[in-house]
Amino acid sequence: MKPPVFAYHRPASLDEALATLADLGGDAKVLAGGQSLVPVLNMRLAAPAALVDINKLAELSFVHTHDHLVRVGALARHARTERDEAAFAALPLLRQATRQVAHPTIRNRGTTVGSIVHADPAAEMPAVLLLCGGSVELASAVGDGQRGTASGRREVAAADFFLGPLDSDVRPGELAVAASFPVPTGRCGSAWLEVSRRAGDYALCGVGVLAALDADSRVRRLLAAYISVGPTPVLVDLTEAVAGQVFDAADLSSAAALAQARIEPDDDIHATADYRRHLAGVLTRRAAAEALARAGEA
Amino acid sequence: MAEATHPVELTVNGIPHTLAVPARRLLADSLRHDLGLTGTHLGCEHGVCGACTVLLDGEPVRSCLLFTVTVDGQEVTTMEGCRAADGGLGPVQRAFRECHGLQCGFCTPGFVTTVTAYLRDNPDPTAEEAREAIGGNLCRCTGYQNIVASVQRAAEILRAEARRAPRGDDRARDERGGAEAKPAPRAEAS
Repeated sequence: MKPPVFAYHRPASLDEALATLADLGGDAKVLAGGQSLVPVLNMRLAAPAALVDINKLAELSFVHTHDHLVRVGALARHARTERDEAAFAALPLLRQATRQVAHPTIRNRGTTVGSIVHADPAAEMPAVLLLCGGSVELASAVGDGQRGTASGRREVAAADFFLGPLDSDVRPGELAVAASFPVPTGRCGSAWLEVSRRAGDYALCGVGVLAALDADSRVRRLLAAYISVGPTPVLVDLTEAVAGQVFDAADLSSAAALAQARIEPDDDIHATADYRRHLAGVLTRRAAAEALARAGEA
Repeated sequence: MAEATHPVELTVNGIPHTLAVPARRLLADSLRHDLGLTGTHLGCEHGVCGACTVLLDGEPVRSCLLFTVTVDGQEVTTMEGCRAADGGLGPVQRAFRECHGLQCGFCTPGFVTTVTAYLRDNPDPTAEEAREAIGGNLCRCTGYQNIVASVQRAAEILRAEARRAPRGDDRARDERGGAEAKPAPRAEAS
């Protein structure tokens, strides 16, 4: 239960980090909060040749909210994201979901972006990014080294970013520097609910819901994202089940049935596929009711 | 071939240390083996049980999920740092003893550090909030009832001490954070 030997790099700037990652290529893993990576190392399920520790890159520990966008830097801990008042005011979903990430002690160290890159299908943050239609900013060093370390950037939409369990679209040499969560406009509400065996454990099933109403308090849009029911977070548009219905009298059973038809959960030692599908239905009804009620108050 | 080591400066319970450690050395192992502070216990070594919880710049973290090199230049508070200024039991430790909040005691260091930080930010928790606060720490003996009681008793002790301590001084200490933010019951006559 001790980690294997690795070469350790602790860059002091983003440019240095990108240059180091470019040199090391596929042999390196990025160490941010380490709350998923270190357990894997301790159990020797992985043995990367090198770790690039970004914990000294203080310029990446931001949570910025402006222009209908919450932008979270690679070194912002879950606790920072959770407590940021401007982000909460703009996008309450971020706090609602972050509070369900493991325990406070883990949230003090683990990072929002790290959780997204790790792409655990049971994790909350990838689903939140997907639900918001957000994106991940990836930086890499380009050029021949003679001209210094001009950095290349690319942005990947959440819908394309999650490739499979623990697999996201980060290429060797790239660093995920930030994640951007667009803020929905108009009369909106959100909710995050999940069921786990013990508080703080990975969810057997979890759902985030974004609801939007028109001026007559009728449902304009109802979107849900599910965790622990597939190899990646699953986005389901529930609008067709409830469009045009008054927000506090919407047919949430139809929405739940639609969600249950769209997901393909698997059995594992924690729960059967049938039970996860059942939970998805129950949680859809509850979370949609909460999100719609909040939108009604907006 | 010997494994490469890295120099690390670490302040633990207010005392500065300079270490030379392999990159893969976990903070928990540095505390126990390099510094001899065996009050930090290792249970699961993958972040689930909470026994190894210490305070890093005043905030609870799992010391089994941190490399020592990563926390270079930071302040750590361990179970030993939760003692009273006179070396006796600190307020949270006293509450655990009074309320029988421990049986075998293996998990206790993680509870004491977690509760110390929690009560600094939440001085008067309900029983339900106290239970939530310790949700990340496993105890296989007590059934948690007496630990919840201990959290509330520790809150009482701390509030009583805060009333006796000069207020301005208290606030200055809180704002500095880190190891110095731990309760130091100077005025307690026990």
